[in-house]
Amino acid sequence: MKQSQFEARHRDAWAAFTVQLEALEKSKADAEASTRFAADYRQLCQQLALAETRGYGSHLVERLQGLAMRAHQQFYRHRSHLAADLLGFLLAGFPRLVREQWRSVALASLLFYGSLLLMGGLVYVFPDLVYSVMDPAQVASMESMYDPDARRIGPLSERGSGDDWMMFGHYIMNNIGIAFQTFAGGLLFGLGSLFFLLFNGITIGAVAGHLSEIGYTETFWSFVIGHGAFELTAITFAGAAGLQLGWALLAPGRLPRAEALRRAASESVKLVAGVIVMLLIAAFIEAYWSSIALSATWLKYLIGGGLWLLVGAYFLLVGRSPHAPD
Amino acid sequence: MSPIPPSADPAAPPRAGLLDTRHHVETPEGIDLILRPAGLLPRSLAYGIDLLIRGGLMLLMFFLLIWLGRFGMGLGLILTFLMTWWYMVLFEVLAQGRSPGKRFMGLRVVHDDGTPVGWSASLVRNLLRVVDMLPFGYTLGILSCLANPTFKRLGDLAAGTLVVYRDEEPQVPALPEAPAQRAPFSLSRDEQNAVMGFAERHASLSAARRTELASLLAEPLEVPAEQAEARLNGIARGLVDPL
Repeated sequence: MKQSQFEARHRDAWAAFTVQLEALEKSKADAEASTRFAADYRQLCQQLALAETRGYGSHLVERLQGLAMRAHQQFYRHRSHLAADLLGFLLAGFPRLVREQWRSVALASLLFYGSLLLMGGLVYVFPDLVYSVMDPAQVASMESMYDPDARRIGPLSERGSGDDWMMFGHYIMNNIGIAFQTFAGGLLFGLGSLFFLLFNGITIGAVAGHLSEIGYTETFWSFVIGHGAFELTAITFAGAAGLQLGWALLAPGRLPRAEALRRAASESVKLVAGVIVMLLIAAFIEAYWSSIALSATWLKYLIGGGLWLLVGAYFLLVGRSPHAPD
Repeated sequence: MSPIPPSADPAAPPRAGLLDTRHHVETPEGIDLILRPAGLLPRSLAYGIDLLIRGGLMLLMFFLLIWLGRFGMGLGLILTFLMTWWYMVLFEVLAQGRSPGKRFMGLRVVHDDGTPVGWSASLVRNLLRVVDMLPFGYTLGILSCLANPTFKRLGDLAAGTLVVYRDEEPQVPALPEAPAQRAPFSLSRDEQNAVMGFAERHASLSAARRTELASLLAEPLEVPAEQAEARLNGIARGLVDPL
């Protein structure tokens, strides 16, 4: 068949298909008209292959290629069931993922909590050591935050309840930003994640050791115990996700490095999605619950301890049964 | 369908040594998608435009929220967070791979296999942007982009994504008027394409250049050099229209 006959025969179908494509691209196609889309797309692919083998003019082939390209975009369009996916992820996928990747999670936890405890212990025993990590101004502002005489505790201790909202925003931006950096740093052969894990561990350890040592134990520990369950766990997960990226680059196994990295990234980014949720919860607790100065600090310890148990139980137990997400 | 001769295998670049940035993707439908990855400059410009838009929005937000006091500051911080980390992701996933800057520059983000970008790939490529920015001014990203045949920055490498041009529909040119003729010998597919290409482009070539090109084929076509162009156009017409 000559090119002009081929064009004449299919011209109307192509025009109709173009109209349909435009509707789909603007997300305005009606369901009735779209039922034939898959068949039409297959038809177009067949015509394109035919046009190429028969050596028709490049302009016709390019035009068909353009149509096929646009149709491919619509046919394989990303379908988003965000709410359902998120629910399934939180009810089963996330704890499963963490258990599956327990090696990197354990390594990140070891690095983070190890440096935290070591630094905390050292500062407690040798109080001057805190000045090797933080400058005196930072230490002073840290002390004023957790002064036992304050009505509300934590950063910006002189605030009223209207400021809780502001601190909520601050925690979201600050903490999730840090988590993202910890993850992304993994691309530098894991060094970035290693740095952020150790840096955060050492800083938090120094603060905890120092405040305990000067006797602000009550205010500090009752403040951090509540949101710590979510925040510290989330930091280790972000670090674990970053270490996975680094590991894929260092030891790609049988895959080429680029391929290993791509697989590690698509797995570890799920961990990051979970981290975001955890840090949102942590920010909420930190802004609205941790900052309240209760006279009965035992209540804060009780609830804080309960939250740690909750987080632990969630990651150890949830999603064990195979039908859990359904 | 007759088997495609190896020289015309569309998955490989047509001829060795031909400089071509086009990226071929074979789809399950048995056709080749041809993607044209965008280089450093259009991508930087698109990013610059996005940066300006974000800056403008933030400024506007600042003036509106300053009236709301502490509550406004909290809201502002959350919005800053969304703008910094989620602006690109939301646009790429929800607006068919195009942030406003990319839309303006005619670019869009797709997976390596040509399918539209999804949440996970978009999140990876945009979170890893901070590494591309290291040590300053996108140095790593620029180096990676220049070194990669499909212009990927590190984030694209990890996410398995490409930034490609959104092709405009080509204008179909009219073939020059000539009576349809049969070629003196049977033409291979490449030769057919060459003859068709010559006829389709006649409007963009000068008359002297057309004569010069056509006269190269005067001998095999068995015509005097000055008639070679008309003969070629006739053969092209004969390839398109029934004789």
